[in-house]
Amino acid sequence: MAKYVTKRIIYMIITLFLIASFTFFLMKMLPGSPISSAPKLTPEQLAVVEAKYGLDKPLPEQYLQYLGNMVKLDFGVSFQFKGADVTQLIINRAGPSFQLGIQALVLGTLIGIILGMIAALKQNTVWDYGSTLIAIFGLSIPSFVFATLLQYWVGVKWELLPVALWKNGFSSSIMPTIALAIGPLATAARFVRTEMVEVLSSDYILLAKAKGASRFEIAFKHAFRNALIPLITVMGPLAAGLVTGSLVVEQIFAIPGIGEQFVKSINMNDFPIIMGTTMFYSFLLIVIIFIVDILYGIIDPRIRLAGGTK
Amino acid sequence: MKKSKLVWLLSLVLVLSVFLAACGGKDKDETKGTDNNTEKTNKPDAKQELNLMETAEIPTADSALVTDTVGFTVLNNVNEGLYRLNKDNVAEPAIAEGEPKVNEDGTVYTFTLRDAKWSDGSAVTANDFEFAWKRAIDPKTGSEYGPYMMNGVIKNAEKIATGKAKPDTLGVKAVDDKTLEVTLEKPVPYFLSLMAFGTFLPQKEEFVKEKGKQYAKNSDNILYNGPFVLTDWDGTGLTWKYKKNENYWDKDNVKLDTINVDVVKETGTGVNLYNSGEKDRAGLNGEFAAQYANDKNLVKTEEASVFYLKLNQKRGGKTDTPLANVNIRKAIAQAFNKEELTKNVLANGSEPANYLVPKNFTFDENNKDFRDVNGDMNKFDATAAKESWEKGLKELGVKKVELEFLGDDGDLSKKMDEYMKNQLEKNLPGLSIKLKEVPFQNRIELDTKQDYDIQFAGWGPDYQDPLTFISLWTSDSAQNKMSYASKEYDKLVKDANITYANEPAKRWQALADAEKLVVETDAAIAPVYQRTRIALQQPYVKDLVIHNFGADYSYKWAYIAGKE
Repeated sequence: MAKYVTKRIIYMIITLFLIASFTFFLMKMLPGSPISSAPKLTPEQLAVVEAKYGLDKPLPEQYLQYLGNMVKLDFGVSFQFKGADVTQLIINRAGPSFQLGIQALVLGTLIGIILGMIAALKQNTVWDYGSTLIAIFGLSIPSFVFATLLQYWVGVKWELLPVALWKNGFSSSIMPTIALAIGPLATAARFVRTEMVEVLSSDYILLAKAKGASRFEIAFKHAFRNALIPLITVMGPLAAGLVTGSLVVEQIFAIPGIGEQFVKSINMNDFPIIMGTTMFYSFLLIVIIFIVDILYGIIDPRIRLAGGTK
Repeated sequence: MKKSKLVWLLSLVLVLSVFLAACGGKDKDETKGTDNNTEKTNKPDAKQELNLMETAEIPTADSALVTDTVGFTVLNNVNEGLYRLNKDNVAEPAIAEGEPKVNEDGTVYTFTLRDAKWSDGSAVTANDFEFAWKRAIDPKTGSEYGPYMMNGVIKNAEKIATGKAKPDTLGVKAVDDKTLEVTLEKPVPYFLSLMAFGTFLPQKEEFVKEKGKQYAKNSDNILYNGPFVLTDWDGTGLTWKYKKNENYWDKDNVKLDTINVDVVKETGTGVNLYNSGEKDRAGLNGEFAAQYANDKNLVKTEEASVFYLKLNQKRGGKTDTPLANVNIRKAIAQAFNKEELTKNVLANGSEPANYLVPKNFTFDENNKDFRDVNGDMNKFDATAAKESWEKGLKELGVKKVELEFLGDDGDLSKKMDEYMKNQLEKNLPGLSIKLKEVPFQNRIELDTKQDYDIQFAGWGPDYQDPLTFISLWTSDSAQNKMSYASKEYDKLVKDANITYANEPAKRWQALADAEKLVVETDAAIAPVYQRTRIALQQPYVKDLVIHNFGADYSYKWAYIAGKE
């Protein structure tokens, strides 16, 4: 296992390096420069400012310098927030996104699993159709529609929860969490249902029934555990997407998250923030994929990896 | 399993209720806030707290580096320069005690400073101005607005900005603690209005040096000498507060104790926060403008920003485009219906512009609007447009012309571009327009390369003088970028700038002649509209002053009356 983990970590570092390099050069290919929004500068002044940010140096030199700094977790200073430290900005902004992502993931997956299980156990009944309906709604209606509706009705009309803003503690996070949870909820419900239906009709379930296992035991110990494998495969990337923040939901609820900042920095050619957030996202995604792979082994002994058997 | 059934039911109910509710429509929308108006009292309430929103973060609170409206607005309320814009958008002495002494040829201004304090209790001195201005022009600071505002105005600014002279040689000197002497490059008639601009705010040398790189990075690392102090700002966050500055020299005229600001980027969210009573003012745009057009709490403010089509005469600055022909330009300038565009497409209260210098922006000594001199030019006239068009085509010896129309890629911009294309193609037979819509950043780059035929662009003023618009189109202007080169125009601008610097009436006429030349005679640009800002504002918010250049708002005089 230790050998496997070491190998994986080395791969992860190589992957990050490749991502960093690709992003750097792709970003340099973006039209415009961070300073081109300053139409008031004369060419001489522009040159002075570019020199200040090191943009006048040849590309390879910029690249090496950037890689070197990145190892030290220094992503430089932002252009749009004049001179603000990018690493600090990411730390400040990642918190709310992370909290919402985790909450939405837990809420969505839990309800989704329950819905999926009910649907599978009560196949072709009104329960099944109901849960499928919810899943279809959840998949086909974008989260911002839920966000807007929730905000208007729960916030403005019924005055149950804060309309927006990130200042009333947990209650501020409820509506955005629900809006974000709809997607994973629907995905989880559908996967769990499909897998469980399949597993429930397999031979070993029949055997378990014959041995006199209770319905509860069959559902959880046998059927559910097997249904988890494909679920984890899809939930991994979904989780990465959630914790890195959602542009729309963050904007609608005026949450100081990282998702919104990422998109904005691309529009503004804010190179250091683009690089910083991309690396942060990639890191999260890679770690999550790693965790997913480890989880496979725990859930299903059949997938336990080389070296694991010893 | 029972528990999961309950969860299931609950979630079903929730999801369904959201949908059903959505179909219910908006029957009782207008119930809130109706009785606020019944009792009109202007006596300030006991609680003086204002709740506002901004549409963007504060990129920086360093007056040397600030370039955006949010930053300028913040600085305008927490700091104070020699002058400040009053409620009528006129600059009046602030930290300067009364009008300055000016030498005979109008090139040396001597200001006397009043007794004012920074928020740490120390005195605001002439050196604070000298230091801040020199810092803003120093190339090492990398300021955009420093050189932009000072070049050609303050002595030696341009040389310093381009590295040909030391920052020390800038024409600003603290004679003593209370006396500031400013030497100009040449007489500048609008110089005093510049003194209210953010770039010319003071900074305390000791403090800036002590904080070093951390200066102005968050609300603890700045000193304040204005009506309010900034608090709870972490440098990149979506929230900040203003608190009354107890060290402000004119604090008796400041009524608000606290202003809570949150950044809300979605107009819809802003409107919801306003409707729920959490915020006192919400800016509107697009569809919300139309939806609330008849709301009694709607406030309209005319801005001094003008939008126009730039007609590029030389692609890449080299090869002639069909727009090098004056008749073709005139045809385009008159071929689209501005009334209809502003009323139906923009639909935000903006007005058609048949001019370059906006109305209600600059006034002569008799308080007459600059706009009155030239009035409207090149109004929409499909027949005249077609005549010029045919004449132009004959001169060019072609029957068909294809032009690239460059615009921004926002929803509203796209709608406008679409309308313009439709109008131009309809009214000018043989013309085909190819739309190219790109992000702002990108458009600026294409502008710099002069890689477009027609461009939808706009300009907001930096100081209160027609020159801030007129100077855009001289042949050596960095903003020209459409190869408009008219010796006559250059001469008129030079006259206004130098020859008549101390003769206001002649200067005014020269500026007006220049405007007529560039808009009407040469049709180098085709004005489209002057922007209006609309917002919902609670009637209990009083005297919130909105400016049409520089900073957007002044909260100094604002107060709450009748909320309780």
